[in-house]
Amino acid sequence: MNSDSRISKVQELVYEIRIRDVMKDDVVTVSPQTPMSRLRTILREKRISGTPVVDTNKLVGIISIDDFIRWLAEREDDCPISEKMTGNVETLYADEPLVHAVNKFEQYGFGRFAVIDRQDKRLRGIITKGDIIEGLLKKLEIDYHREETQNERIQRFFDDIYADRIALFFQYNVAGKDFKRAGESSSRLKATLGRLGLHPQVIRRVAIATYEAEMNLIIYADGGRIRVRVEPHQILVKVEDSGPGIPDIEKALQPGYSTAPDWVRELGFGAGMGLNNISNCADRMNLNSTVGKGTHLSIYITINNGAGSETN
Amino acid sequence: MKLTELTQKLNLDVRSAKTDLDREVTGGYASDLLSDVLGNAEEGDIWVTLQIHQNIVAVASMKDLAGIILVNGREPEQETIEKAEAENIVIMVTDLPTFEIVGKLYDLGVTGIK
Repeated sequence: MNSDSRISKVQELVYEIRIRDVMKDDVVTVSPQTPMSRLRTILREKRISGTPVVDTNKLVGIISIDDFIRWLAEREDDCPISEKMTGNVETLYADEPLVHAVNKFEQYGFGRFAVIDRQDKRLRGIITKGDIIEGLLKKLEIDYHREETQNERIQRFFDDIYADRIALFFQYNVAGKDFKRAGESSSRLKATLGRLGLHPQVIRRVAIATYEAEMNLIIYADGGRIRVRVEPHQILVKVEDSGPGIPDIEKALQPGYSTAPDWVRELGFGAGMGLNNISNCADRMNLNSTVGKGTHLSIYITINNGAGSETN
Repeated sequence: MKLTELTQKLNLDVRSAKTDLDREVTGGYASDLLSDVLGNAEEGDIWVTLQIHQNIVAVASMKDLAGIILVNGREPEQETIEKAEAENIVIMVTDLPTFEIVGKLYDLGVTGIK
């Protein structure tokens, strides 16, 4: 990434981020009646260089360390803060984009701006240049991390292997009737695919389909095994059990059809949508079942740069 | 809107993953059927449910939901909390029933259809 595109990323971010996302909202305020002599302690204890002056929830001014030094230098008698503060304060609204704050700092050269609510005009927080920089860095770091982990790491990994066919294989064993550990295999699979750097959309489709299949193993089949084959362009999830089998597959595929016992339904399972969800996530699905022998389910999900979604 | 803001405005008590409250809420979904949520909720949704067992964590994690709100003063089971901590899923509780909390969420601009 060259420096030009990084600048434009920052430019994009200052429009995207709102002031409330970066401002400090645990603001120390003083009342207009507070004596100037108290200000030093307040600023020193809170380690701040200025603070808003608030009178019954209304912002009436800002007092800074500069005002304090000026007061000291002039050797005046003690007086209320209201006499030395900057009144008529320039403010920002909490829901404004960050770029407005950047412009105002440039325009006025102040060290801080009070942030108020657009509706009730109450003080919501305070923003300094430091907050802006911190907010931008945080956001850039998150974006960078996202880019780094999602850059189809696995594709590069596959590119480095010379073979006529490449596949990664994982197996998960699922115990029956074990609701405590239900979903564990799909969670582990999801984490694994995440580490491989697959597109989040692909991962989500695989994880949801696998989760539903895993629940079926637990509820109906007294367990089974899940085998996953990851190839450069496709993921195959094979779910096998030696359970009771499905007497009428066509019926089982109908949304809402369920043979789940009541106690399973009370947990929020058994709504008759599992196989339906699986087929929505899959690009292709094969279901074979023999009563008394067991069920084999194959779920194919194509990897094409993350196109498609689990609700397709 | 961030989870922090929701918890403050709706008076929600956070039961797990307190460090993940800066997550952005982009929509909402209310259902007690896990497969329904898996099929129809969207990434970034806040999920309102009365289910308290640990499988809600797996569902939220599969769908990359922003968080879970448990209604009617129902408390998550200990195992649910442990699992939610491990998977960084924010679980919040409210005394309000589903209808009320969903209404309040809607008032704050959290909608179901984007």
